[in-house]
Amino acid sequence: MTFRKYLVLAGVTLFSAVGDTLLSRGMKETGGISWQHLTSIFLVVLHPPIALGILFLFAFFACYLTALSWADLTYVLPATSLSYVLLALVARFFLHENVSLSRWLGVLLISAGVGFVTQGPALTHKPRTAGSHPSAEPAVTEAQQ
Amino acid sequence: MSQIYTWCAVLLIVLTSTAGDVLLSRAMKQVGHVGQLWRRRGWLAVMGRTLRNMNFLLGIAAMATAFYALLFGLSWGDMSLVVPASASLTFVASAAAAKIFLHERVDRRRWLAAVLVAVGVVLLAR
Repeated sequence: MTFRKYLVLAGVTLFSAVGDTLLSRGMKETGGISWQHLTSIFLVVLHPPIALGILFLFAFFACYLTALSWADLTYVLPATSLSYVLLALVARFFLHENVSLSRWLGVLLISAGVGFVTQGPALTHKPRTAGSHPSAEPAVTEAQQ
Repeated sequence: MSQIYTWCAVLLIVLTSTAGDVLLSRAMKQVGHVGQLWRRRGWLAVMGRTLRNMNFLLGIAAMATAFYALLFGLSWGDMSLVVPASASLTFVASAAAAKIFLHERVDRRRWLAAVLVAVGVVLLAR
C-alpha cells in the first residue's frame, strides 16, 4: 500500500460523509417528497446543497471504483463504513450534538474492524505460495504491479 | 403483515447491493489498476474501459435496484430498522459473496472485521 492508495481510501470516507450530510441537509430544507408530487424528485436536484451532495457522491463513487481496481472488496467495504465514524465525530465536535454511549461503542467497533482489515494484505485472490506469512503478502502484490 | 413486507424489502436490498458490490469489484479488476491506466492512456481510456464493461453496467443496475428497494422499504417500515438492518447485513453478505464469487481469501481477521462493522453500524443507527 502506497501513500497515494491511502489517499484514495481517505477520499472514499471523506466524500461519502460530506455527500450524505449535504443530501440530508438539502432534503430537510426542501421538506418531504410526497408520492402525489413525483415531479418534485426531479426539481429537487437543482437545490444547491443537493446538487453539491450529488457531486460529492460522484467523487465518492470514483474513489470507490479506483480502490476496487487494486484492492479486495472485503478490504474496501470496511473502509467505506469509516464515514459513519467521521459523521459521529463531526456531530459531536463541530455540531455539538449529543452522541450517546451506544453510538460511541458503534464507532469503536467499526474502527476496530477497519483496523483489523488494514493490517492485512489489500489483495488476496492471487494464489498464495504455501508457508508464506500473510504480512509478507502486500510486498509481493506491490511488486507484481 | 407489513413487517413481512419490510423484511422482504431488507432481503432484496441486501441481495441486490451485495450483487452490485461483487459485480463492480469484478468489473474494476478487469479494467485494471486505474492509477497506472490513467498515467499510460489518460482518463478517457479509464472511463471508456469502465463504461463498456458488462459487469460494471450490471453492477450499476443492481445498485439502482437496491436504491429503489430501499425507497419501498422506507415506505413500509421504520427508517431506524430498515437502514441499519440492510446496511449491516450487507457487510456480512458481501464477505461471504467475495469469498464464493471473487475467490478472495476471507480469513478469520476479515470475518471478524465484517461482523464488528455490522454490529457497529447497528449501534450507530440506533
